[in-house]
Amino acid sequence: MELYEKTIHEVAGELKAKKISSVELTKQVMDHLEKVEPHVQSFITITRDQALAQAAEADKRLAAGKDVTALTGIPLAIKDLLCTKGVRTTCASRMLETFVPPYNATVVEKLYAAGAVAVGKTNMDEFAMGSSTETSFYKKTKNPWNLNCVPGGSSGGSASSVSADQAFASLGSDTGGSIRQPAALCGIVGLKPTYGRVSRYGLIAFASSLDQIGPMTKDVEDCAIMMNAISGHDPKDSTSANVPSPDHLTDLKKGVKGLRIGIPKEFFPDAMNEEVSVAVKDAIAKLSGLGAELVEISLPTAPYGLAAYYVLAPSEASSNLARYDGVRYGLRVPGENIVEMYSKTRAAGFGPEVKRRIMLGTYALSSGYYDAYYLKAQKVRRLIKEDYDKAFEKVDIIATPTAPNPAFRFGEKTDDPLTMYLEDIFTISINIAGVPALSLPCGLAGGLPVGLQLIGKPFDEATLLKAAWAYEQSTEWHKRKPSLRKD
Amino acid sequence: MALSEKDVQYVAKLSRLEVTDQEVAKYTQQLANILGYVEQLSKLDTSKVEPMAHVLDMKNVFRPDQPAPSLTQKEVLSNGPEIQSGHFKVPKIM
Repeated sequence: MELYEKTIHEVAGELKAKKISSVELTKQVMDHLEKVEPHVQSFITITRDQALAQAAEADKRLAAGKDVTALTGIPLAIKDLLCTKGVRTTCASRMLETFVPPYNATVVEKLYAAGAVAVGKTNMDEFAMGSSTETSFYKKTKNPWNLNCVPGGSSGGSASSVSADQAFASLGSDTGGSIRQPAALCGIVGLKPTYGRVSRYGLIAFASSLDQIGPMTKDVEDCAIMMNAISGHDPKDSTSANVPSPDHLTDLKKGVKGLRIGIPKEFFPDAMNEEVSVAVKDAIAKLSGLGAELVEISLPTAPYGLAAYYVLAPSEASSNLARYDGVRYGLRVPGENIVEMYSKTRAAGFGPEVKRRIMLGTYALSSGYYDAYYLKAQKVRRLIKEDYDKAFEKVDIIATPTAPNPAFRFGEKTDDPLTMYLEDIFTISINIAGVPALSLPCGLAGGLPVGLQLIGKPFDEATLLKAAWAYEQSTEWHKRKPSLRKD
Repeated sequence: MALSEKDVQYVAKLSRLEVTDQEVAKYTQQLANILGYVEQLSKLDTSKVEPMAHVLDMKNVFRPDQPAPSLTQKEVLSNGPEIQSGHFKVPKIM
């Protein structure tokens, strides 16, 4: 087994034991990254020089045995909507083609403070709007399991880079499923933390009441390690929750005996892909076999989450993306007067999906339609949140499929935006309720990975990780590697 | 609530997006489809439900009003498309 194929917790031991240096490790990872990159295309920007400099710094820490963390000297990838000081951050948009942030996002600061090494910035749907990474202005990222298929999205490059061993883990962001769905489609672990658990400072905003940053990893233990590094209150983000962040490794290996797992009937519709359905049901049976108690529950308003989302998220986006006006950063297209400059700049800088959502949100917020759309969706949001609150009086976690289908082909869902939106049907209500959820590999459908989604109580990521670890240890799915071949 | 091409032109103007006639036709159809899907929300009775803007039980987050280091003027201006004498320059407004 090559070093780059290992997990963080495996390779960290070798670094600490000085069997290998971070510089050697980083060189091996970068060489592999560059070798497979022409096939997978996970990255918008590769930062080899910075990575080697950070690795040399990490080696000093390791040699001195001072300030060594679980991430010291470990090469990681970062989604290209997290601000990185001095490294171009594009949001996969033409609008930000030349944008070089003057500061780091808090999560990036935290990873650097832990001694991590950043190998590059990963491809994504433009401004995180999409479920296949096809709306990127720059490139089409391929699914390492079948290069003819999409990696999911919007954090598609973050998922494919970890799946193809181009990095030991990555950071993604999730507004309606953008960590969990690509994690499912690429056969890795992805966690969307509770809203407020991880600072959003320096995350380029899409829908501020839904966005959350989270880890994408090769296994569950690595996910707990990453959560320990990035969680916690941040005075720079006023929506960051001031609650203590636990050590996510403490209870990780304590098993699921007596854990109550809710199975919501609304998440197993007849129209679902049969192999996905079977894989997820088998996984739930396995959890039961490990000692968990299965409880049938109902989340009656959750299926309305998608409709509510396509009012709330575009509304927030139309406001957040008003800042791209050709004045302070990003693209400018000249015009005779300022309004013409704005309109030409935004027409040239944004792709079709972003324009669609800006217009949809502007419409939903406009005079005469506000009550019918935006206010109505905010009320439905409360109903959905109450459904989850009620369910969590009876159960500790909830288990569902992550996505209704395995990875699909390029162009298959791009003609009709609504068919693409329906890929997020099982993930979206979780962002609306603000609760945490994790996806982990639980089988194959047509040779492509299937994800099991576990949903938790607010600020109880530790229980999700504990259940996920118990399941993972009883299977081999997380050990399978993609072929990097076309079909 | 049927969406017309006129509505889309109006919303594009509000959004400061220059759009061609072909784009207006395409977006009108696509946005109408999405709004048609959203219509299902009317099936839920929300007459006694308070709207929810976000899930956290918090408001008015204050911090002490103490000066702290911030970005330099050079850093702030570093990404500006057109800079003159320490300012962002824009085309004529009036």
